[in-house]
Amino acid sequence: MFEIDKWQEIYSTIRKNKLRTFLTGFSVAWGIFMLILLLGSGSGLENGVKEQFKGGATNGVWISSGKTSIQYKGLKIGRQIKFTNEDYKSIKSTVSGPDHISARLFLGNNLISYKNEYGSFFLSPCHPDYGFIKEVDILQGRFLNNIDINEFRKVAVIGEKVKSSLFKGADSVAMGKYIKINGVLFKVVGIFRDYSRNDDEQKRVYIPISTAQRVFQGENVINQISFTTGNASAGESDLMIKKSKAVLAKMHTFDIEDNRAINVWNKNEEVRKFRALFAGIRLFIWIIGIGTIIAGIVGVSNIMMIVVKERTKEIGIRKSLGATPWSIVALIMQEAIVITSFAGYIGLVLGVGLLELISTKMPPTDFFRNPQADFSVAVMATFLLIIAGAVAGFFPAMKAARVNPVEALRDE
Amino acid sequence: MIKINQIHKSYVTGKNSLHVLKGIDLEIAAGDMISIMGASGSGKSTLLNILGILDSYDSGEYLLNGLRINRLSERKAAQLRNRMLGFVFQSFNLVSFKNAMENVALPLYYQDVPRKKRNLIAMEYLDRMGLKEWALHLPNELSGGQKQRVAIARALIGKPKVILADEPTGALDSATSLEVMDILQEINATGITVIIVTHEHDIALRTRKTIRITDGNITEIVVN
Repeated sequence: MFEIDKWQEIYSTIRKNKLRTFLTGFSVAWGIFMLILLLGSGSGLENGVKEQFKGGATNGVWISSGKTSIQYKGLKIGRQIKFTNEDYKSIKSTVSGPDHISARLFLGNNLISYKNEYGSFFLSPCHPDYGFIKEVDILQGRFLNNIDINEFRKVAVIGEKVKSSLFKGADSVAMGKYIKINGVLFKVVGIFRDYSRNDDEQKRVYIPISTAQRVFQGENVINQISFTTGNASAGESDLMIKKSKAVLAKMHTFDIEDNRAINVWNKNEEVRKFRALFAGIRLFIWIIGIGTIIAGIVGVSNIMMIVVKERTKEIGIRKSLGATPWSIVALIMQEAIVITSFAGYIGLVLGVGLLELISTKMPPTDFFRNPQADFSVAVMATFLLIIAGAVAGFFPAMKAARVNPVEALRDE
Repeated sequence: MIKINQIHKSYVTGKNSLHVLKGIDLEIAAGDMISIMGASGSGKSTLLNILGILDSYDSGEYLLNGLRINRLSERKAAQLRNRMLGFVFQSFNLVSFKNAMENVALPLYYQDVPRKKRNLIAMEYLDRMGLKEWALHLPNELSGGQKQRVAIARALIGKPKVILADEPTGALDSATSLEVMDILQEINATGITVIIVTHEHDIALRTRKTIRITDGNITEIVVN
């Protein structure tokens, strides 16, 4: 089927009808161009939003205390719930499922200094598991460990921005040095980078929660309990949250239906919502894109109909010389496929090129970054094009195969 | 070579039926050269189309080289045209965007002969027609006589048993007409059966037999 003669014939008919071929090809190229652009924009939007979710495992759950909003067992509304180490321990021991769990204490920004350099940084006392929950990337040293907690060690894991502000010039090695946090010396055991792009997240200092409670608080108060749900399904993680709520409701005597007594932020749920949203957007884009391509196909089909009409005499000659109906069908279909694929490919390349340009030249914004059409989309588009070409050529080819040689060869 | 018995053919357009061939009997021996004459509308072109398996007939029998030709599939008909028959037309019917050589080679394309080989063979046939220098010219760069010679070369390249020529000199001046008839006679001398539809007497006189058709019947067979 793909013999050099047919290529030559396609080339010669295309050469004879440059404008017509161009206009036909243009509609297909435009269709594919728009599809790629739409899909790329969709992915850009998706990447932008995904970026917002970075810095924290997508299966993370954060539970903070609040104030009651429902009367319960004679207790008045507006009562402040205060978490303690006991809450952390009972959730850890009674709720099955979470693979990492940590309590947190909120101490806000604190003055932290090293020699003559100082700054105000966010102090975040926590358990070692918080490193997994927050997905911090350790650049040097280590994150906190259980020995730190058990022995109330004065150790700190500092963000790379903290490191660069406190350790400068000749004194740029931070590991093993002692920094002063509110007048108390802590040894730097690790330097991290947070996945989040947010600058504030890099200006944190993690210290053992046990040490912080002893040194800064003097009691067993905690502010937040967070855990990751491992590979649990949506239903399973909802169950873990429900069980944790029940544990806390019992310990602090509040109505389990009271959504203000404790605040639960289930990242997985947010991620799920966005996934559903983007699945919807993607479907919408494909529908529009395919609609555009169909318009192109109809264009090609139309032109091929005219081509067949113009070539009726030639088809008659071929038939008289021994062309089978199939060979005529192949001739027309191949031309349609070639025009569609070639033009579509140009549209594909231009679309991808424009996306690349946007990707490299346009600074990413909060909700739009790195638009791209991935390889699978390109492969899909290619198949779509070949199928489109075949569809576009089918009816004209059938018409061509039915040409009656007697009528085609009759002299006008 | 060709034997037809009681061939009938009608064209039906809406409610009107036009009875074009009214029971034609004809036998043409292998290697014969005959002409078919008749007024326009007499049915001579229809007869030629049926002989060329381009058209079907309603009743009767047609044997081509002993093979019964009746209600063949398009594919089979195409193969028979390719292997057995060669056509020469009044308006040449060359493919306009192909050069002389490619036009001549076209029947071999449908025999799946490789490109280089069939172009080589096409050059031989063009050479025989004295058109070797014109091989790479497009049809619109050739004179009428040259075009018809290209068409004859194309008809011959498939080594047909029968050449069917529909008014082969109709679009040519008398000098060129004579040349074309010379060629057709040479072809006939190699043993190929030649059938020419014409309305010119001096053309008909150069064939061995002239069959005259009037109103769908053979009315006269003259041996020239």
